[in-house]
Amino acid sequence: MDNKNIPRTEPIQSATFTNPINAEIRRAAATGIYDIRGGGAKRRVPHFDDLLFLGASVSRYPLEGYREKCETKVTLGTRFAKKPIELDIPVTIAGMSFGALSGPAKEALGRGASAAGTSTTTGDGGMTPEERGHSSKLVYQYLPSRYGMNPDDLRKADAIEVVVGQGAKPGGGGMLLGQKISDRVAEMRCLPKGIDQRSACRHPDWTGPDDLEIKILELREITDWQVPIYVKVGGTRPYYDTALAVKAGADVVVLDGMQGGTAATQDVFIEHVGLPTLACIRPAVQALQDLGVHREVQLIVSGGIRTGADVAKAMALGADAVAIGTAALIALGDNDPKWESEYQKLGTTTGAYDDWHEGMDPAGITTQDAELMKRVDPVDAGRRLRNYLKVMTLEAQTIARACGHNHLHNLEPEDLCALTMEAAAMARVPLAGTDWYPGKAGF
Amino acid sequence: MQTYDLEANGLRGLNSTLQEQNGGTNKTAWEIVNPKGSHAIAVGLDSPIDVTVKGSTGYYCAGMNQQATVRVEGSVGPGVAENMMSGQVIVEGDASQYAGATGHGGLLVIKGNASSRCGISMKGIDIVVHGNIGHMCAFMAQAGNLVVCGDAGDALGDSCYEARLFVRGSVKSLGADCIEKEMRPEHIEILKDLLERAGSDAKPEEFKRYGSARQLYNFDVDNAQAY
Repeated sequence: MDNKNIPRTEPIQSATFTNPINAEIRRAAATGIYDIRGGGAKRRVPHFDDLLFLGASVSRYPLEGYREKCETKVTLGTRFAKKPIELDIPVTIAGMSFGALSGPAKEALGRGASAAGTSTTTGDGGMTPEERGHSSKLVYQYLPSRYGMNPDDLRKADAIEVVVGQGAKPGGGGMLLGQKISDRVAEMRCLPKGIDQRSACRHPDWTGPDDLEIKILELREITDWQVPIYVKVGGTRPYYDTALAVKAGADVVVLDGMQGGTAATQDVFIEHVGLPTLACIRPAVQALQDLGVHREVQLIVSGGIRTGADVAKAMALGADAVAIGTAALIALGDNDPKWESEYQKLGTTTGAYDDWHEGMDPAGITTQDAELMKRVDPVDAGRRLRNYLKVMTLEAQTIARACGHNHLHNLEPEDLCALTMEAAAMARVPLAGTDWYPGKAGF
Repeated sequence: MQTYDLEANGLRGLNSTLQEQNGGTNKTAWEIVNPKGSHAIAVGLDSPIDVTVKGSTGYYCAGMNQQATVRVEGSVGPGVAENMMSGQVIVEGDASQYAGATGHGGLLVIKGNASSRCGISMKGIDIVVHGNIGHMCAFMAQAGNLVVCGDAGDALGDSCYEARLFVRGSVKSLGADCIEKEMRPEHIEILKDLLERAGSDAKPEEFKRYGSARQLYNFDVDNAQAY
């Protein structure tokens, strides 16, 4: 038989050795170093998209969208602080450092958040005067590196966030590569210019929840018990981490799932360590309820919040507020299609650019390059962020009214159903069309 | 001399009273009695006052100190003078872990021994320990001077940056990227000044200097085994 006439099998790509996996193997073989990137987990995990709201029906009646009030205000830090933070909307800006972000980008975050009536947060590297000046409510992060930490800035803060971990890298530290260390960044961090600056994975002067309680006492004593103290944890053991943060004296627990972003971490860490945000919320709320402090100790959820629907779903599961990072950067102009030709030159494309640590961001946001950062107009970018925050809030209100609630905080798990078994199990809401979810007692 | 009974009047009253003092106060000398190992004593001070603690303290005594001189007539728990910015803290006894952690400035003197992680992530503070120090001291130390008149434990100066480490006695081991360095005249001068201010009669010439080899300043996969 003529070989030319033998039918050929169709070429089949491996589901295990995919093109991206093979490319990573070749990259690793060529360089001998793991891949570092910014952002959060890109893999598909159960998320808020896997939940739906049920809306009003015969058993519940809705509120009129254009006439009846649906409140959005939230107060954070009511447990111990003399001056809790009052926010107009329950969407806050997560911690992102000056250093990782350009000065204009930080200013834009402050402008946008303030215009929308919410808070922004410092990051590893300390507080800049511009950031303080443009943020009506500023949360000061207290991190393991303590870069830029000083008691004067501590007292200028509206809240203090003790960062134990973050969702992109729970259990890991960080690295700001030398190319992003400008003179100013170096000075703020007390390190030489141009060297890679490591951020430690755990605090230098306390270990464990008993120590944390004493650390919180010290911070309160230094700040005269004025401002709320948050404790931020990466999503890994949300029930116990939340319970221990409460026992240590936190006013607010910030819980960051694996879709939460980072400025620079190993890809293997981002994609393979931690829990999806959806899986974190109910255990954390359960811990608060078991301790009798749900709503007294507020819960802020972050990691992959994109829309008002996400906000509403997180709050329906028991969160008091959410925080956004990546979404805020996109609102400022990150990964904008207008820079596509420049993304192409960097070997990437719009929507996929994540080499934030290299400092060559065409959008001028994740860079310290003086020319690139001119591309961010803080006023315009701040306005876009304000608009986006307003839209998220309107969307969440729309859903809450449809479910018959006059405050976003009145959203509840009973307003939700799940599209998948996984989401039903994680969110502990019934699979759509049933009254059952995996693990529910009595079945 | 103002006397404050911590056991009778409480921590909040103590710190708020001390924090209220400013440069124009006549109440420049304070004595704290009955500390009984309490935590966060005399934290967040920001005026040139003298505070003497009559006894031992718990965690974070004199934390984030600015301008004030705090003397502890006893031993201190973990994190004494953590993140100090300026002023002086003198401990007559021993210090537990993390003494002077992340301090930006000022002088911390420990007349006894200091435990592990003394000077961790220090950012400009000067620390003088009359006795010995434990393991992992000056880990990731960025700037400032750590002077040890006795011996140092394991992994001294691991992953340190630009801090100067002076040890008179033995060093059990050096941490990653920490090496012995030449003691030049300017270092003798720095050491002489610090020893004088710390009330030590040790001779600068008896010390060796250690610091960063600067081989780990930029990540290199060939150095991965060092971590």
